[in-house]
Amino acid sequence: MSWFKRMKKGITTQNQEKKEIPEGLWYQCPECKHVMTSDQHAENDWLCEKCDYHEKITSLNYFSILFDENQFSEVAAHLISGDPLEFTDTKAYKDRIKTTINKSGLKDALRVGFGNIEGEKAVVACMDFGFIGGSMGSVVGEKFARGVDKAIEENCPFICISKSGGARMMEAGFSLMQMAKTSAKLTQLADHQLPYVSFLTDPTTGGVTASFAMLGDINIAEPKALIGFAGPRVVKETIGKDLPEGFQSSEFVLEHGFLDYIVNRKELKQKLALSLKQMKAKS
Amino acid sequence: MRNYLDFEAPIKELNEQIQKLKDSAVKTGVNVENAVQELEKALIAKTEDLYKNMDPWQRVQLSRHPDRPYALEYIEAMTEGTWIELHGDRTVKDDKAMIGGFGLLNGESVMFIGQQKGANTKMRQYRNFGMANPEGYRKALRLMRLAEKFNKPIVTLIDTPGAFPGLEAEERGQGEAIARNLFEMMRLKVPVICIIIGEGASGGALGIGIGDRVLMMENTWYSVISPESCSSILWRSWDYKVTAASALKLTAEDMKWNGLIDGIIREPLGGAHANHEQAISILKDVIQSTIADLRKNSNDELVKQRIEKFCAMGKYVEA
Repeated sequence: MSWFKRMKKGITTQNQEKKEIPEGLWYQCPECKHVMTSDQHAENDWLCEKCDYHEKITSLNYFSILFDENQFSEVAAHLISGDPLEFTDTKAYKDRIKTTINKSGLKDALRVGFGNIEGEKAVVACMDFGFIGGSMGSVVGEKFARGVDKAIEENCPFICISKSGGARMMEAGFSLMQMAKTSAKLTQLADHQLPYVSFLTDPTTGGVTASFAMLGDINIAEPKALIGFAGPRVVKETIGKDLPEGFQSSEFVLEHGFLDYIVNRKELKQKLALSLKQMKAKS
Repeated sequence: MRNYLDFEAPIKELNEQIQKLKDSAVKTGVNVENAVQELEKALIAKTEDLYKNMDPWQRVQLSRHPDRPYALEYIEAMTEGTWIELHGDRTVKDDKAMIGGFGLLNGESVMFIGQQKGANTKMRQYRNFGMANPEGYRKALRLMRLAEKFNKPIVTLIDTPGAFPGLEAEERGQGEAIARNLFEMMRLKVPVICIIIGEGASGGALGIGIGDRVLMMENTWYSVISPESCSSILWRSWDYKVTAASALKLTAEDMKWNGLIDGIIREPLGGAHANHEQAISILKDVIQSTIADLRKNSNDELVKQRIEKFCAMGKYVEA
């Protein structure tokens, strides 16, 4: 795993002024500028040790935090995007997919794992922002669907970790209908009385917010994540005014009644396991 | 006075010629019947030709044609004075961009829900340009549940440039309101028919768009984003809306071809805006026959098939 963690930090280091620091060895918190080694950072669940800033992390990082001994099997790992509309903008969608797969090492913007959380079976679906902004196309919808099927088959809870800019425009109508599809699958999960926890991380917006991310039996979030339907730029343009501080943050969304609780990544596993236990239907 | 889009110029010209001839006949008493007939023939031919070769961007423009009938006009005409509008989401307020209520369709009670646009500047503002707030989606859901309680079919008429992206909409959970509708509409134990009558923009449209039959009128569009916004995001410029309109495959024909809607409703020659009466009567026939068709299934079967239909949507590769 340490190999992977270092790779990730190496890729995302974008700050030009940091050139004097060897890439991959050090992490500087973008919030408080505190510097720590990448290993320390990873051991601290990718939180800043000083200010608790929650760095954006990958699906594999979340799985390593949640699944017991980091043991899990992937569900529908082989699915990749087609190009149903032969879409071309400044680049052909087909090529965009190919390049992104090669660059990111990901197959699409959702990974589904099945394993144990504190000894109890669970299916966890987790989005990867590194794949075209975590956008939802047909593959995300289908993997989500198969994740739900797996949870029903194993009679266990389903957890989805959202991190997405919204719908994938290059799949247009197909992308829109993934909102319907994922919601439809959640009705099936509900029919089996299995808990669904939606965990929203930075950022969760657009069609993902307007479908499965807001449909949890409980909705929980990481601190200070951006959560909204319309992006802040669009809202700002609509109202023609500056947005109030903290607008669309987890804390704001909690205050307005759309989240059940905010959880620090360090306490995520324990608290999630407890919530799942509390909701487990009496047989 | 009719409004004409740029590409409707030949139609405008012929209509004006016909009018001129008729006016002169009244003044001079000269018989112009033959000439008028010729021109009317030419008008039909021209209109057919124009509408046969329409590109996607022209369809988008037609869907927003200022003379197009809006939801209320369809509903009031179809229900012949038996529609009673019901207001409010029972939580915050009454959203004027979303309307709903029971009306009788040849004696049978039907719940109609729709996004409503305004016909002039003042009304457009009053209707918030057909962009509903969360309370609009919640009102829609309340009324759908009411219909379900009494086993009445539901018809939604979709016509929106999107759910409203305002500050208060975010505070009141626009995302949650739409998501909740998707989830609950999947399980409504009554026939649900959704019809795009104008613009079908993204989650704002889908929020009342989960049905046993999703139909699009001929000159409408339905997609995840408007061509303008798509152009600005993917091309980083507003200049590619025509290209974006084609790329998005947002016309009724494309959506049907891709299996994302169930059918297309033909419009009168020259579009719904050219002949409201006929457009209304076509829509009424379609709704009645579709309800009759759906009623052949039990409500439980409808729910099961509805869920299966949406679950099957998507194209991917099993690599």
